[in-house]
Amino acid sequence: MANYKETQNVLIVGCGGQGVILASNILSDVLSCIDGMDVKKAETHGMSQRGGSVHAQVRFGEKVYAPFISPGEAQVILAFEEAEGLRWSHYLAKDGVMILNQERVIPPLAFVGMADYPEESLDNLKKRDDVKCIDANKMAKEIGNVKVASVVLLGALAAMLDFPEKTWKENLEKRVPAKALEANMKAFDAGYAAMKAL
Amino acid sequence: MKALLSGNEAIARGAYEYGVKVASAYPGTPSSEILKNTAEYKDVIYVEWATNEKVATEVAIGASFGGSRTMTTMKSAGANVACDPLVAFTHTGVHGGFVMVICGDPGMASSSTEQDDRYFAKLARCPILEPSDSQEAKEFVGLALDLSEKFDIPVILRSTTGLSHSKSLVELGERTEHECKGFERNIPKYCLLPAYARKLRTWLLERERLLTEWGNESDINRIEPGCKEIGIISSGVTYQAAKEVMPNASFLKLGMTFPLPMEKIKKFAASVDKLFVVEELEPFIEEHIKAAGIPVIGKEVFPMEGEFTPDRIAAGFIKAGIDLPRWKNMAEIVANPPKSVPRLPVQCAGCPHRGISMAIKKLDLNVCGDIGCYDLITLPPFEHMHTDLEMGGSVGNAIGVNRAGKQDKPTVAVIGDSTFFHSGMTGLLNAAYNKSNLTLLIFNNSITGMTGGQFNPGTEYTLSGVPADPVSIPEICKSLGVKDVQVVDPYDYNACLDALKKATSHDGVSVVMTNRPCMLYPKKYVAPQKCEVVADKCIGCHICLKQCTCPAFELTEQTTDKGKLIPRIKADECVGCTICAQICPKDAIREVK
Repeated sequence: MANYKETQNVLIVGCGGQGVILASNILSDVLSCIDGMDVKKAETHGMSQRGGSVHAQVRFGEKVYAPFISPGEAQVILAFEEAEGLRWSHYLAKDGVMILNQERVIPPLAFVGMADYPEESLDNLKKRDDVKCIDANKMAKEIGNVKVASVVLLGALAAMLDFPEKTWKENLEKRVPAKALEANMKAFDAGYAAMKAL
Repeated sequence: MKALLSGNEAIARGAYEYGVKVASAYPGTPSSEILKNTAEYKDVIYVEWATNEKVATEVAIGASFGGSRTMTTMKSAGANVACDPLVAFTHTGVHGGFVMVICGDPGMASSSTEQDDRYFAKLARCPILEPSDSQEAKEFVGLALDLSEKFDIPVILRSTTGLSHSKSLVELGERTEHECKGFERNIPKYCLLPAYARKLRTWLLERERLLTEWGNESDINRIEPGCKEIGIISSGVTYQAAKEVMPNASFLKLGMTFPLPMEKIKKFAASVDKLFVVEELEPFIEEHIKAAGIPVIGKEVFPMEGEFTPDRIAAGFIKAGIDLPRWKNMAEIVANPPKSVPRLPVQCAGCPHRGISMAIKKLDLNVCGDIGCYDLITLPPFEHMHTDLEMGGSVGNAIGVNRAGKQDKPTVAVIGDSTFFHSGMTGLLNAAYNKSNLTLLIFNNSITGMTGGQFNPGTEYTLSGVPADPVSIPEICKSLGVKDVQVVDPYDYNACLDALKKATSHDGVSVVMTNRPCMLYPKKYVAPQKCEVVADKCIGCHICLKQCTCPAFELTEQTTDKGKLIPRIKADECVGCTICAQICPKDAIREVK
C-alpha cells in the first residue's frame, strides 16, 4: 500500500466495547502526522453500547472526497469479531485482505434461539485466501492483559500498511493509560509479528 | 495547526472561534456532541442543556436580543419542536448573531422520522447553509453569524449524520471576541403585534431578495468547471459523495440552499450539456430549478429516501445512461450482502428498566411509548410497547386511547425522566385537569441516557459543572394534580407488579415512578455484589435468559444431568440487580460478594 495517490480504504469492524473506535483513532492519528495526507473517517454512534455492531471507516490519500467506503473497495478489513467480519465481507476489495480475529460475541437473543450465529458461512469465510485469521484475545491473555487484544489487532493492521513503526508507537502511547503502556507495546509487537508471519 | 475533527466537533470549534457567548440545546442524535464539545470552552461560552428544543431556541433568541452571538443545536425532530420561535424570530430579526444548527438523519440511523430540514428555511424564510466537510462546518458557523448580523436574520446551519459523525482535517484558529451590545429596546421590531408584524413580513421578503443577490455573488455557491457534458448541482456531504462518483464532471457546489442563487444556477445550466441535481431526501433544489423552466434530472433517477452513499448516487447516474466502470457491479454486491447474526439492541446488564418492563409484559398492558432507552420494550423479549411516536407523545396518546372507548386491557403511558421534563409534564397536567383515565409510568433513571448521558433537571449537576438542585418528579406530579403517585424500586420485581396492579385498578390519574439510576451514566456503576448460577440447582430451563436477555449471561459447555446447558453469569458484566434471581423457579441464582 505504498501508493497513496489513489484513496486507500481501511474498514475496522466489531462489537461495542471491543476497542474498534480506539484502534481507528490511533490509525487516523498516524495518518494525520503525514504531510500532505488527506484523511476522512466515518464511525457508528448511538446504539453500540447496547450490544450493537460498531464500525469505523478510514479513508486516506492525496484527496479524499466521501467519508464512506464503498462495497468491494476496502483494501483492508480489520475484524475484531467473527460475525462482524462476515457481515462486512462484501466490502473487501478484490486484492484486499481481511484480518479476522478469532473471537465471538454471541448476542443474548442467540442463546434463546431468537437468532442464529452463522457457523457455516464463517467456516467458508475462514477458508478464503484473502482472510487471515489471528487469535488476538489469546495473545493478549499471554501478555497478561486481555484488554490489549485491540492493540494486538492494531499491530496486525500496521503490518499491512507502510508507515514507520515509530509513528505508530508514538501515537499509541498518547491514547493508552500510562500504567498499561508496556503491555500495549508488547501487544502491538505481537500483532505486528504475527501478521508478518502469516 | 490542523486537527482531525468530526462535523460536530468542528461546529463547536466554530462557536468558539467566531465569538459565540451563549449556547443552549436539547440532546438528540446526531447533534448531541456539538454542545458537549462546546462545553470545553465554558470559560468563554455559557452552555446549558435546556429542557427542550423550543426552550433552547428561545434562550438563544433571548441572548441575541441581549446583544451577544448565540447558538442552539438540535436534531430534526427537535427542529419540529423549535419551529414556532424560529418562524417568529425571522420576522423580528436579530440583535446579536444567531445560528440554529439542525442535524438531519437521512437513513434514520437513530431517528424515528426522516425529514428534509431545508423546508424549515423556506417556511421561516431564513438562509440555510450546508457545509460539506469539517473545515466548512467550522467556517460556516462564522459565516452564519456574519450573515445573521449583516442581513438581520436568524441563520440555519444544516448538518446530516454523514457530516456530524465523520471526521476530516480542520485548520484551527484563535477566538475573535464580539462584545455584548446590550439589550435593545425597539418595540416595532421585536413585538409581533399584527400591525408591526405585517411591516416586518414585507421587510422579511426584502431581506430574502438581498440574500439572494448575495448568494449569486458569493463564493459560498461555487462553480467548479470540469467536463462540459455533465453538470452536477449538489450540497452538503452529498456533494463529497457525488464528487467521489463523478470527479471529472462540472459542479455547482451550493453552500447556501435557501434562498437559491437562481442567476448562478441559470449560468451554470447554460454551460453544460446535461444538468443533474444530486440531493438527499426531497427534490428541494430540483423543484426550484424546474419551476424556472430549466431542464434538469433529479428524482427521476435518484432515490427520495435514505443516506446518499456513493454507490447509491452511482446507481442513479447508471440509470440515466452514464457508463461508470468503477460502479457498475456495485449494485449487485449491495443487493446480496452476507447474512450474519442480527444484533438487536438489548437492555444493559443491571438496566433499571428491566424489572418494570418484565412486569408490564406479565400484566399484558396496552402501552403507549415515548422516546428513550425504554423503546427497547418494543423489541424481543418484551414486545410490549404498542405505539411510539415522538417526545412527550405517550401521555396524550394514552389519554386518547382511554377516551376512545372501553379497552379490554388497561392502557398505560411510558415516559422517561428527561422526556417528562421535555414535554410530558404538560400532558399530565392535561390529564389531571380534564379528569382523564391515565396511568403514567415514569422510568426515571436520572439522566438523558439514550443520547449519551446528558444531565437534565433531575441530575445533580448542570452541563457547566455547577451543582444543581435535582427536581423531585413525584412532587411535580402531585402539584400537577395527581393524587395517586407511587415510587417503586425497579430491582424489586414483585414490587413493580404490585405498583402496576394498584395504579391500573382505579379510574382517574395515577403515576408510578422507578427510582434507580442508569448503569452507564454519569459513570459506569460497579456493584458491591454479583449474581452467580448454582450449577447443581439449575435445571437448564433458561427462563432467566429468555425473560432478561441480559448481556451478562452466556452459555458454556457445562450441562445439567439431563444434558441441558447451564447459563453462566459473567462477573465483569453483572451488576447484581438480582432480577434473574427473583424470577428463577428453582432458586438457582444467588448473590455473592
